[in-house]
Amino acid sequence: MTTTTATRQITYGEAEREALREEMRRDPNVIIMGEDIAGAAGRPGFTDAWGGPFGSTKGLIQEFGAERVRDTPISEAGFIGAAVGAAATGMRPVADLMFIDFIGCCLDQIMNNAAKMRYMFGGKSRMPLTIMTRIGAGVGSAAQHSETLYSMLTHLPGLKVVAPSDAYTAKGLLISAIRDDDPVIVCDHKRLLGRRGPVPEEAYTWPIGKARVLKPGKDVTLVGISLMTGVCLDAAAALAKEGVDAEVIDLLSLSPLDDEAILTSVKKTQRLVVVDEDTPRCSLATDIAALVADEAFDYLAAPVKRITAPHTPVPFSRVLEQAYIPNAQRVVDTVKGIMG
Amino acid sequence: MAVPERATLLWLFRTMATIRAFEERHMQEVNAGKPIGGGHSSIGEEAVPSGVCAHLTDRDFVASTHRGHGHCIAKGVDVKGMMAELLGRSTGVCRGKGGSMHIADVSKGMLGANGVVGSNLPLATGAGLTAKLRGQGQVSVSFFGDGASNQGTFHESLNLAAIWKLPVVYVCENNMYAESTPVEYSTSVKDIAQRAASYDIPGVIADGMDVLDVYEKAGRAVERARRGEGPTLLECKTYRYFGHFLADDPHRYRTKEEEDGYRARDAIATFKKRAVEGKWLTAQEMEAEEKQAYSLMEEAVRFAEDSPPPSLDDLLTDVYVSYPRSKA
Repeated sequence: MTTTTATRQITYGEAEREALREEMRRDPNVIIMGEDIAGAAGRPGFTDAWGGPFGSTKGLIQEFGAERVRDTPISEAGFIGAAVGAAATGMRPVADLMFIDFIGCCLDQIMNNAAKMRYMFGGKSRMPLTIMTRIGAGVGSAAQHSETLYSMLTHLPGLKVVAPSDAYTAKGLLISAIRDDDPVIVCDHKRLLGRRGPVPEEAYTWPIGKARVLKPGKDVTLVGISLMTGVCLDAAAALAKEGVDAEVIDLLSLSPLDDEAILTSVKKTQRLVVVDEDTPRCSLATDIAALVADEAFDYLAAPVKRITAPHTPVPFSRVLEQAYIPNAQRVVDTVKGIMG
Repeated sequence: MAVPERATLLWLFRTMATIRAFEERHMQEVNAGKPIGGGHSSIGEEAVPSGVCAHLTDRDFVASTHRGHGHCIAKGVDVKGMMAELLGRSTGVCRGKGGSMHIADVSKGMLGANGVVGSNLPLATGAGLTAKLRGQGQVSVSFFGDGASNQGTFHESLNLAAIWKLPVVYVCENNMYAESTPVEYSTSVKDIAQRAASYDIPGVIADGMDVLDVYEKAGRAVERARRGEGPTLLECKTYRYFGHFLADDPHRYRTKEEEDGYRARDAIATFKKRAVEGKWLTAQEMEAEEKQAYSLMEEAVRFAEDSPPPSLDDLLTDVYVSYPRSKA
């Protein structure tokens, strides 16, 4: 199932809340912890003030209580590390890292403990940890609240990293992440949280490690990640009007990477454009380009192109920020340049 | 102070003697060029893990440090499996993939030595959260050094455990040196236990060269945790007789006189003397325990040396639960 036949429309954020609720009902070991995930913690007369910095956890504290829906102090190394320790000892925690930019505060816990414990301990431990975090520019939050950064995490063996692109994959991937016995980082683009889409009411999973073809095509492969999948679809629609039939792959899993989906598509279309909001050096876009150069070079009719953010921090001014983010026009122009 | 019962006294002595024998044998093997990567000796500090872990069972959790052999032994990790681990053998407790700095046995509640100073405190805090949510009276212990008490994770962990009333005992093994840096230079307070005041939890000082003092004070902290009354910071003043790592010459940063002062208060020798004087245990039975510890090490080294190294296939396994082999 690459999409859904469901007709009920809810937002990406609501889909995630539904995933959390269903998994918390299903498994008493699932807990969620983070800053302001309910809000007004402990203050008489107030409850669930925020329901998460983006409202994604609203209402959960009423059903599951403050023990399992656990507001934390602003203390990322402490509470992300505590989630790692809880996961190592039998709980199935979901830790909410408000913005991926804050990972500097807690990277040691993720990189040296969560990602490595199983290997260091000779396979004798499990790390059923999910970290939900927000990525991406476009909301005027400037350099410390707008990074994409997932490429930094895909570099680390032991971690899984996913980036849903709509409400449907948001629910399916979050459920998969929670049920997974390995640590999974779920990267949610801020600009996707309010977008509506069809989502089945029952629990379902989207397998980690699986990309999907959202639009088949024969002339060029566009690989999109997170918000950039929509950019690829827009570009594909514009290209269709000019007689170019683009195939759009929605990557969804950043680690492990669905090499097979990318290679199969490129071998068919002979052209590849990767669209990635992360910065380009040592990045996912660069990695995918290398994969194709290594394993499908003989199939290529044109150079592989990467459309990414520039190698700069995210700027504040709207005009600069818009120039920073890859857009459909850039994709169209790039594709035209390699169609020859 | 009430003297613990005979079985406890014997356990405390046996544990200290086993740690000492293990560390001595490890050092001997390192000097013979056998284990790769050296290690961090805890000789001199044996009273601390022994006095604390005497109060724990396999269901309780311990998170340890780079100087973690003693914590493993006191928590009941198999000594032969430990020695095999240090020699990088497939029969090691981590199948030869962790080594001295990541030695672990989750089945015994031993959540691993840790190569990053201060990194284990949040882990132990999280294990405390598991214990609290399960509600079965488990406790979690973090061992860490004076150096770690200057990391942010120390402060974040104590704060979290305090506000959530987690059943965690934070055991600071203050051996006075963070690598080569003396504690009075690195640390803003005279006693690390003072830092408990910032988190409104008990801060207790124990003589880390006196296993009975550690035993008594750790017992109160563990009981408090089991009762659901929250965390304690227990500072044990102790001393490592050797360098930060085995090849480190500590005389580059401390005097022989200082070392001799601590050696004169050696935890094992002092305990023996008191046990004989107090007629708690006989000299003969303690000597028999020591002999037994050294012969156990002989057996452990033989076991390790007779064990094969990991197969090359193991390079790629154990990265993920859901993928039997990671990418080459």
